[in-house]
Amino acid sequence: MKVLVAVKRVIDYNVKIRVKPDNSDVDLTNVKMAMNPFCEIAVEEAVRLKEAGVATEVVAVTVGPKAAQEQLRTALALGADRAVHVQTEAPVESLAAAKLLAKVVEEEQPQLTILGKQAIDSDNNQVGQMLAALTGRPQGTFASEIAVEGETLKVTREIDGGLQTVSLALPAIVTTDLRLNEPRYAKLPDIMKAKKKPLSVTTPEELGVAVASKVKLVKVEPPAERQGGIKVGSVDELVDKLKNEAKVIS
Amino acid sequence: MSILVLAEHHDGALAGATAHVVAAAKEIGGDIDVLVAGEGVSAIAEAAAKLDGVSRVRVADHAVYAHQLAEPMGALLAELAGDYSHVLAVGSTTGKNVLPRLAALKDVAQLSEIIAVESADTFKRPIYAGNAIATVQSDDALKVITVRATAFDAVGESGSAAIEAVKTVFDNAQSSFVGEQLAESDRPELGAAKVVVSGGRGMGSGENFKLLDGIADKLGAAIGASRAAVDAGFVPNDMQVGQTGKIVAPELYIAVGISGAIQHLAGMKDAKVIVAINKDEEAPIFQVADYGLVGDLFEVLPELESKL
Ligand SMILES: Cc1cc2nc3c(=O)[nH]c(=O)nc-3n(C[C@H](O)[C@H](O)[C@H](O)COP(=O)(O)OP(=O)(O)OC[C@H]3O[C@@H](n4cnc5c(N)ncnc54)[C@H](O)[C@@H]3O)c2cc1C
Ligand SMILES: Nc1ncnc2c1ncn2[C@@H]1O[C@H](COP(=O)(O)O)[C@@H](O)[C@H]1O
Repeated sequence: MKVLVAVKRVIDYNVKIRVKPDNSDVDLTNVKMAMNPFCEIAVEEAVRLKEAGVATEVVAVTVGPKAAQEQLRTALALGADRAVHVQTEAPVESLAAAKLLAKVVEEEQPQLTILGKQAIDSDNNQVGQMLAALTGRPQGTFASEIAVEGETLKVTREIDGGLQTVSLALPAIVTTDLRLNEPRYAKLPDIMKAKKKPLSVTTPEELGVAVASKVKLVKVEPPAERQGGIKVGSVDELVDKLKNEAKVIS
Repeated sequence: MSILVLAEHHDGALAGATAHVVAAAKEIGGDIDVLVAGEGVSAIAEAAAKLDGVSRVRVADHAVYAHQLAEPMGALLAELAGDYSHVLAVGSTTGKNVLPRLAALKDVAQLSEIIAVESADTFKRPIYAGNAIATVQSDDALKVITVRATAFDAVGESGSAAIEAVKTVFDNAQSSFVGEQLAESDRPELGAAKVVVSGGRGMGSGENFKLLDGIADKLGAAIGASRAAVDAGFVPNDMQVGQTGKIVAPELYIAVGISGAIQHLAGMKDAKVIVAINKDEEAPIFQVADYGLVGDLFEVLPELESKL
């Protein structure tokens, strides 16, 4: 079966962002970018399905600027067979991304599409669910385990109360949670090989999807800073402060 | 304006977070309906009818809505949404599972985890793990929104809304419930607890988490964890606090053996008072802690328990 994996180029998770002085947005100039960590988990799962003989082909897709091809090359180095780049320099909101991905799903007809549960820039947690709605496919979000069983997919989901297992009719959409797997690192020879793997480029115009935004970013501000506190020298002092200064225990 | 709030419920009881979302709905202003969807949910509907500000509770009681699977829930909400200007839900794993689906079915954007209502179409929400706060304005006729419950104070329970049945049933051949493993605990729920004691990788093992039990007992606290502690298998996933886990905003948060990565801070930095216990005096957690204690947790915790 064919597996499609959606990857997003985002700020590296180690970087602490800065807000632009004019409060128009976050400042991403000269900031280290990387594949969204949840997408790394998605790629890893797809590659493991191929290694296990369940998947026959792994296709990586991204919607984003020219530079996002770096993340597609990373996916190829990690084991994806080919890549599709929906290229646009415009900012793309979740719904537009989902519509573009739905077009790619229509074209590629994957049995399984894997996305991250959340992009760590917008923290939206939406695109997988939207893609499922638009393609009329069932969704297994926040997956910590998946198993293909014939025509169905069993998905264990991380929910607030613990774990839930659902069975989905294939073709289906899955979004990854942190415990699904531990992604591998790309090896140098694979990075070299990835440069020769096929990467096709299309655009929102070619796919017939308008990416105009529906949500206006009015302003972006830094969060209220916490006042740095004090160090206490002993447990006694801590208990005293909590009782008599902070008054949070009695 | 008319607003539909999706009730959050577990184990036959209305979840407290629903009252916080109703509070957000009141700030938007307009008539507020609550939708209770599930199987055997009449007691939940009655609890929802008591929430202040709610004019009507709509109840979809059918086996197809048991376990609140996304496919029938999304279809149901899309059917009802035509009556409303806003649909709100808790930013829980249920709300996050269903609301984006609803938004796509209605061809509108979804706003995730709002923390403030500026006006009926403008909201604040954290982005980049809470390191920036965005003010966003939606043009859509229908606004589909998940709400960070800890950012709004719960409404009271002196109301008496009308309860009406919703008969629409959506068949669901696409997905089915197989089973669940739910954590059982006598402790308060993480998101609602007044005190939270969390352990990190520094705890060393699941066994050592018992060191937090006595303290949590004395303080009536919930117990949380960092991702590293969950990944290492010390404790289950439902205890993870952070950007991609639970968001807590207790009166008191005690972080034990947690370094203070931004992804962890994203889940707890709105606590009123933060205490950090860590043997590394350079640990970033001390930059947000009101009271830091540099020391070995294996010495500090037993002493703290005895002195509380
Ligand atoms: C996409 C993504 C999402 C993430 N989401 C989350 C999330 O939701 N929540 C989350 O928590 N993390 C999350 N993380 C992980 C985060 O980046 C950190 O790796 C994690 O929070 C570290 O956990 P920790 O502080 O327990 O471990 P460490 O960073 O290893 O810190 C352990 C601390 O324990 C101290 N210690 C050790 N022994 C003792 C002792 N005997 N006494 C006292 N102190 C001791 C050490 O000094 C150290 O400071 C995420 C990461 C990514 C990439
Ligand atoms: N521009 C994009 N291109 C490809 N995939 C995306 C894009 N935006 C989001 N996704 C996918 O959707 C997941 C969730 O993103 P979000 O809903 O934006 O938090 C990501 O982890 C990706 O797998």
